[in-house]
Amino acid sequence: MISSARYSLPAIALHWLMVVLLIGLFTLGLYMHDLPLSPDKLKLYSWHKWAGVTAFILALLRLAWRLGNRPPPLPAAMPRWQKAASHGMHHLFYVLMLAIPLSGWLMSSAKGFQTVYFGVLPLPDLLARDKEVGELLQTVHEYLNLTLAALVVAHVGAALKHHLFDRDDVLSRMLPFRDRA
Amino acid sequence: MNPLRLVLAALVVASGPASAREFSEFQSAKSTLHFVSRQMGVAVDGRFTKFSATLAFDPARPAAATARLEVDLASVDAGSPDADDEVVGKPWFNVERFPTASFVSTAIRPLGGDGFELIGKLTIKGKTQEVIAPFTFRQDDGNGVFDGAFVLKRLDFGVGDGVWSDVTTVANEVQIRFHIVASPTASGN
Ligand code: HEM
Ligand code: HEM
Repeated sequence: MISSARYSLPAIALHWLMVVLLIGLFTLGLYMHDLPLSPDKLKLYSWHKWAGVTAFILALLRLAWRLGNRPPPLPAAMPRWQKAASHGMHHLFYVLMLAIPLSGWLMSSAKGFQTVYFGVLPLPDLLARDKEVGELLQTVHEYLNLTLAALVVAHVGAALKHHLFDRDDVLSRMLPFRDRA
Repeated sequence: MNPLRLVLAALVVASGPASAREFSEFQSAKSTLHFVSRQMGVAVDGRFTKFSATLAFDPARPAAATARLEVDLASVDAGSPDADDEVVGKPWFNVERFPTASFVSTAIRPLGGDGFELIGKLTIKGKTQEVIAPFTFRQDDGNGVFDGAFVLKRLDFGVGDGVWSDVTTVANEVQIRFHIVASPTASGN
């Protein structure tokens, strides 16, 4: 492959760091939700909230980096609709990476369980305690997460299609190591 | 009785110092009993919706005052439906065996100004401990209003034992905040 335009190192690092974090948060979220109440459940909820706030901070950093550093252009051979779909998808990811932790934070406030980052930094409660609002936000948090999961499946499918069928550099330019090509 | 003497007697009662009134009629709808627990270092509000008080308090004669409190532990609102179900169970209040918690005063001392100190015996889950709770007293709209707080250690009462005795998840210290409203003793008017 001649095209050597790759994502910048920070973009690659943040992408893969967040892949690990988001998949972990998603799995933990589903798992902890179904546990009976126990000290471990309380711990997992706190860890979920702390890791979720970390994801929010990383998403902000990533957004700031992305606004200052345009990604390499997509392969010229790619049909327009695919380019548009790819851009739309990436925008949606940014929206979700911010909206999901925000909904989690607001849900916690509405449920009367303040978020105290790593047990030391209290985040302000932007919403007053209100059971119904809390339940509504829990549903919002859940559906935003399901949307993210569906998009990730499509996103991974697209990446693999590029790599295995189109045999272009779309996947390799996001990988942390250079392709042999 | 001579009507003039009746009027005089009424005047004497009405003109007596306001503080010489005794407050003893517990106003359940206006009173609240809150508690603040700490879960993973985060303060979580809770309350009991059913409790009753029997009291007699004359701010001019605090030493003669008495107070009793009975709390229906099943009326707990511990912050979430999950927690409500959990906290009435065996490791916590065990309401099946111990449906109520009670407090009986042994002394009330003036601290100066509006401040007083309530000393008494608190019994939860069959275990009794002495507690000291500072409180303020004021009169509002003819009612006596008592606001006070104290901190208890839940494990002193065996509340939250077993896996829950790990105080790094749910702290041992629980703050209790009471807001009791009582109207004047009916016969004192
Ligand atoms: C990008 C970050 C996050 C992801 C991917 C994520 C993911 C999830 C998932 C998949 C669930 C399970 C949904 C359900 O079945 O109900 C969940 C639940 C939850 N999340 Fe998050 N979350 C994130 C951030 C946050 C943040 C920042 C907070 C709070 C500060 C938070 C608080 C919660 C709470 C309290 C629940 C449990 C709701 C319940 O079962 O009562 N989350 N999360
Ligand atoms: C939680 C899961 C994931 C999220 C939220 C996510 C998000 C994103 C975002 C927002 C971009 C746009 C680039 C940027 O702005 O940094 C991107 C690009 C990319 N992602 Fe992911 N991603 C995830 C998982 C994956 C996985 C598992 C793979 C591997 C199969 C992958 C492969 C790629 C590739 C190859 C690109 C570059 C696309 C291009 O060159 O236009 N992603 N991803």
